[in-house]
Amino acid sequence: MSLAPIVRIEAVSKRFGGVAAVDRVSLAIRPNEFFALLGPSGCGKTTLLRMLAGFERPSEGRILIDGEDMAGVVPNRRPVNMVFQSYAVFPHMTVADNVAYGLKVSGVARAEIGPRVEGALAMVRLEGFEARRPDQLSGGQRQRVALARALVKRPKVLLLDEPLSALDKKLREEMQLELVRLQQEVGITFVIVTHDQEEALSMADRIAVMNRGKILQVAPPDELYEQPNCRMVADFIGTTNLFPGRVLECAAGGIRLAAPGLGELRLAEDGSPGSEVGIAVRPEKVQISHERPAGELIALPGRIVQLAYFGDYSHVYVETGDSVRITCYRTNRSRRETGALAVGDACWVSWHPADCILLTE
Amino acid sequence: MASPARVRPGLGRRADCTGWGLRRVRRRERAGPLEYSRKLWLRLWLAATFAFLYAPIAILILFSFNDSRRNIVWQGFTLEYYERAFGNASLIEAFTNSLAIGVLSTVISTAIGALLALALWRFRFPGKPALEGAMALPIVIPEICMGVALMAFFIRTGWPTALPWPLNLGPIVIGHVAFSFPFVAIVVRARMAGFDRALEEASKDLGAGEWQTFRHITLPYMKPGLIAGGLLAMTLSLDDFVITFFTSGPETLTFPVKVYSMVRFGATPEVNAASTLLILVTVLLTVLAMRLQRPERGGELKA
Repeated sequence: MSLAPIVRIEAVSKRFGGVAAVDRVSLAIRPNEFFALLGPSGCGKTTLLRMLAGFERPSEGRILIDGEDMAGVVPNRRPVNMVFQSYAVFPHMTVADNVAYGLKVSGVARAEIGPRVEGALAMVRLEGFEARRPDQLSGGQRQRVALARALVKRPKVLLLDEPLSALDKKLREEMQLELVRLQQEVGITFVIVTHDQEEALSMADRIAVMNRGKILQVAPPDELYEQPNCRMVADFIGTTNLFPGRVLECAAGGIRLAAPGLGELRLAEDGSPGSEVGIAVRPEKVQISHERPAGELIALPGRIVQLAYFGDYSHVYVETGDSVRITCYRTNRSRRETGALAVGDACWVSWHPADCILLTE
Repeated sequence: MASPARVRPGLGRRADCTGWGLRRVRRRERAGPLEYSRKLWLRLWLAATFAFLYAPIAILILFSFNDSRRNIVWQGFTLEYYERAFGNASLIEAFTNSLAIGVLSTVISTAIGALLALALWRFRFPGKPALEGAMALPIVIPEICMGVALMAFFIRTGWPTALPWPLNLGPIVIGHVAFSFPFVAIVVRARMAGFDRALEEASKDLGAGEWQTFRHITLPYMKPGLIAGGLLAMTLSLDDFVITFFTSGPETLTFPVKVYSMVRFGATPEVNAASTLLILVTVLLTVLAMRLQRPERGGELKA
């Protein structure tokens, strides 16, 4: 962990016209890390990636890759390679020619090209496809060609721009596992741009959440999910039940809050009296039952207003008093419970106070 | 074994005498709403259109074999007029001139047109809309005006006329380039509109410089556009009469101009024979271009 960062982004901004697409972003990406830039479309994540590749020049700030300042270094001289969103597989070349292209143009010895291409294709499991043309490949296979083509150059950092967005759901999940396997196998730093939070959570070692050109939080996936540092992150990563609240009292070992719809709460957090806060609860932490649950839980009576069935689990929408809506995820654990809940049922929703996330921003 | 007969009457029992049975079945199915090719009125219309377009050409070719000087009524088959055409030195010279002008102006206008298309596709610069408008001007300006303008230009500049072949073709080549390069530019630009810029970026990302990227990535993608544009320029040049007429010197003859002067002395089958040869050249060029354009060993046209 104390290794020198392979990519260092120092107060980098990029303005198009007067608009800042990337706004004073600083980041350090560690060697061999699977790093994800996550954010809604237009948040500046792709612009940031393109600045790493050299296709955009920062308006301000510095980018260092492996300790070297990248200012004025053209894309074809950077120790990074990119997998494009459209794959950008050369349509007039065979698979093998596509993979060999980067080696040929940078003057790698002819005798070395063959084995390296073979190795790269084996790595992405495309043996036997050497003579195929891109239009004879499926989307997933084209993606693998793009990966092999970038990896064969042995970059210090591999940049991936929404690499899985064009694949269907099944293939996407398969490629997620594949990418993680590849990353561990080659030991290259991967920087992936995505708007899909599940993709980022399941693959990355660390995630930077971006919005409007700024980085909101950088953390490992579990920390990001369980400890979001602001409403925007809590809302963007997963689904959240968010309640407004106000801190009433602070004491050693906890605070007392008043939250409309929840009543008075005691949480083991810090805060300043009188401040407005948000209280967030993840839907899967919320239990649902017909009887009032026992124990030190926050429990609210309500009525089921909507059910969405997904097979392995269901989304249950419960309206408690004062028309507060609470979303609850319920695992469909047993067939015996089928039909146990119905729209219109009176029920109780409950969760442990420790599952409340206090959001001060 | 009896069931197919019940499902599709007419096929089952006589399936072995194939032609008969199958044709009957097909005739029984009614044409679907979008099966236009099976509607009689549409077929007739199509036949009429093709006849209108191609009958004159077929007759021109047919009458090149006519054994009659006046060439109005069919008198019998002969190859005499082909012999005469090949023996006609000034006709051969005109034909050679036309081919030379065609090749030169095609090469030049394809190069200029492609560069213009690339500039317009790739860059944003002040005056770009104006340039785009001006580019199309040679297409819309009446040929006669362009011919007169070019003639005035060459007279004004005192362009030397008594030059040895092929330099004496200079003014005509310049005239042809002037009106055909915009066609090339338009075709190439249309082709480039479908080009994924990420391909160029990917090439650079993989270590290629500007020139390597152009040579290995952009140019192969442009190729069908270049061929189509070049072919267009070639055909435009081969059959151009008006501009050639105004820009040719007193001594230079091109094929269309020569044919025109021959027709003035009576349309003999020799004119037909010469025209047939020109059609042959054009068709051969088209076939060649289509072969070159065919997605070689795969599909670059699909992208």
